[in-house]
Amino acid sequence: MSEQKLVATRDVYGQTLLEIGRENQAIVVLDADLSVSTKTALFGKEFPKRFFNMGIAEQDMISTAAGLATCGKIVFASTFAVFGSGRAWDQVRMSVAYTRQNVKIVVTHGGLTTGEDGASHQANEDLAIMRALPNMTVIVPADGYEAANVIRAAAKMHGPAYIRMSRAKTPLVYENEYYGYEIGKGIVLRDGNDATIFACGIMVNAALAAAEELHRKGINCRVVNIHTIKPLDKQLVIKCAEETGAVVTAEEHSIIGGLGSAIAEITSENYAVPLARIGVRDTFGESGSPDELLIKYGLTKDDIIQAVKAVVKRKK
Amino acid sequence: MVTNEKIAELKVIANKLRQHIVAMTCAAGSGHPGGSLSAADIVAALYFYQLKIKSAEPNWPDRDRFVMSKGHAAPVLYAALAEAGFFPVTYLKTLRKLGSSLQGHIDMLSLPGIEMSTGSLGQGLSAANGMALAARLDKKDYHVYCLMGDGECQEGQIWEAAMTSSHYKLDNLTAIIDHNKHQIDGKIEDIKNLAPFADKWAAFGWHIISCDGHEMKAIIEALGKAVQTKGKPTVIIVDTIKGKGVSFMEAKPLDYHGKAPTREEEQKALQELCQLEGFNNE
Repeated sequence: MSEQKLVATRDVYGQTLLEIGRENQAIVVLDADLSVSTKTALFGKEFPKRFFNMGIAEQDMISTAAGLATCGKIVFASTFAVFGSGRAWDQVRMSVAYTRQNVKIVVTHGGLTTGEDGASHQANEDLAIMRALPNMTVIVPADGYEAANVIRAAAKMHGPAYIRMSRAKTPLVYENEYYGYEIGKGIVLRDGNDATIFACGIMVNAALAAAEELHRKGINCRVVNIHTIKPLDKQLVIKCAEETGAVVTAEEHSIIGGLGSAIAEITSENYAVPLARIGVRDTFGESGSPDELLIKYGLTKDDIIQAVKAVVKRKK
Repeated sequence: MVTNEKIAELKVIANKLRQHIVAMTCAAGSGHPGGSLSAADIVAALYFYQLKIKSAEPNWPDRDRFVMSKGHAAPVLYAALAEAGFFPVTYLKTLRKLGSSLQGHIDMLSLPGIEMSTGSLGQGLSAANGMALAARLDKKDYHVYCLMGDGECQEGQIWEAAMTSSHYKLDNLTAIIDHNKHQIDGKIEDIKNLAPFADKWAAFGWHIISCDGHEMKAIIEALGKAVQTKGKPTVIIVDTIKGKGVSFMEAKPLDYHGKAPTREEEQKALQELCQLEGFNNE
């Protein structure tokens, strides 16, 4: 596992979009005046005819995307996570999810690590409100390689998807992109039998670091990358609960409604084990550097370690 | 030029659509007759004169697109689709029933011939823009029509979409506004005034046409002018009467926005519609 190189998934998004745009003429990209930040501007520069800047009008963007999709286009619509999920939620529900249109809502600036812009721009609820929508696939890639895989897979998959990228540059989890990515299939990154840490996005790295430190203290954790929050890899979650008997979830999102809730729903209905959720605890964020915020709001390797110790202690 | 015979035929079809609207909402025991009746002449003109569509091939790639943005007017669209041969007329009585494809508000996945699901107001024009942009990308010459309510224009997204249409100079798109001047809670001018309505659209860069929404020839001519307009999108503001064709609904439009006629009211309404000049009831 490489830990040196730092990559922001949004940068990979821009580059991958350009690559698949060269391969497939049906790909059309929409943005709502944030194309420099979301990196869709790269696509717009090379394919101006297939790029539509919708201005500061996210609701219009999403419904327009649906209209394009009814005519056979594979539409990528991008903005910040707060706007793509919350501002346009009814449009996503009505025009995209209900109609099962081929629209990929790829958002950047997900979670606390959006940083200095503060609470207004830190989407900590988006996974919850997107996960509640029927027909919607919800994905958070763990690193740059995974971001590329996700975008390629999403373009091939028919139907709506919500894909959340990060603003912050984070360490790579994988050594290359050839590790067999598949939408909806969780990936066991490290084996262990004392507890399972299910993580997504930037928290996958923190989970791996926590597992390494716990290993030195005699606790062997399984670490699973649940990049696809919906549809969730139910079989894998149950299997891990059965085999390790304790679960910790870690996400850069509220503990309400996201990965932690999804895992808790499955384990409690199928194989109940002690469970703890690492995430933002029902509060808004604030301005600060990404690292400061992750520490203040309890989303670090050390928080995961404490949670693992607690659930292991609760095992019968 | 549209012939007088065609105009007469379209009037009969509009009347049939009205009868279907009354009968199907009565059978359903709920629904929105008022805003469906006001749009019946427009929808008849579109489906039986203007639109290039094939009921036997609903997904024909070169077809014109029609988006019913005011999704609560589903009954008039269902009536038109049935009369146009997309599905049997007898199926109309399943409106709003469990398991029916005739959902309370329009669901594009449940019925052939529907271009967009609607019901949450304000979204149709954006979707229609998307279809018009796709036509441009694909170098196709189909035209996109979007029917909106006037009350619906209180939704902010309509104006976001209006900017998009004019920014991209979508002259392959025509918006039609069923201007019946009422919304659920009252008269539009009392709830939240839209005036000066045409000026708003003009200020947003649209070509404006106004016409009487119950004069078939005027509607046909307006649609003809709209598709010939180049360089900017056209909006036809169609002056209509909520509940048109049924005297007691016209008299109390607010009572029949979202309320179905009773059996007695249905009979009375159908009787009135059958007596209209030029209509031969089969």
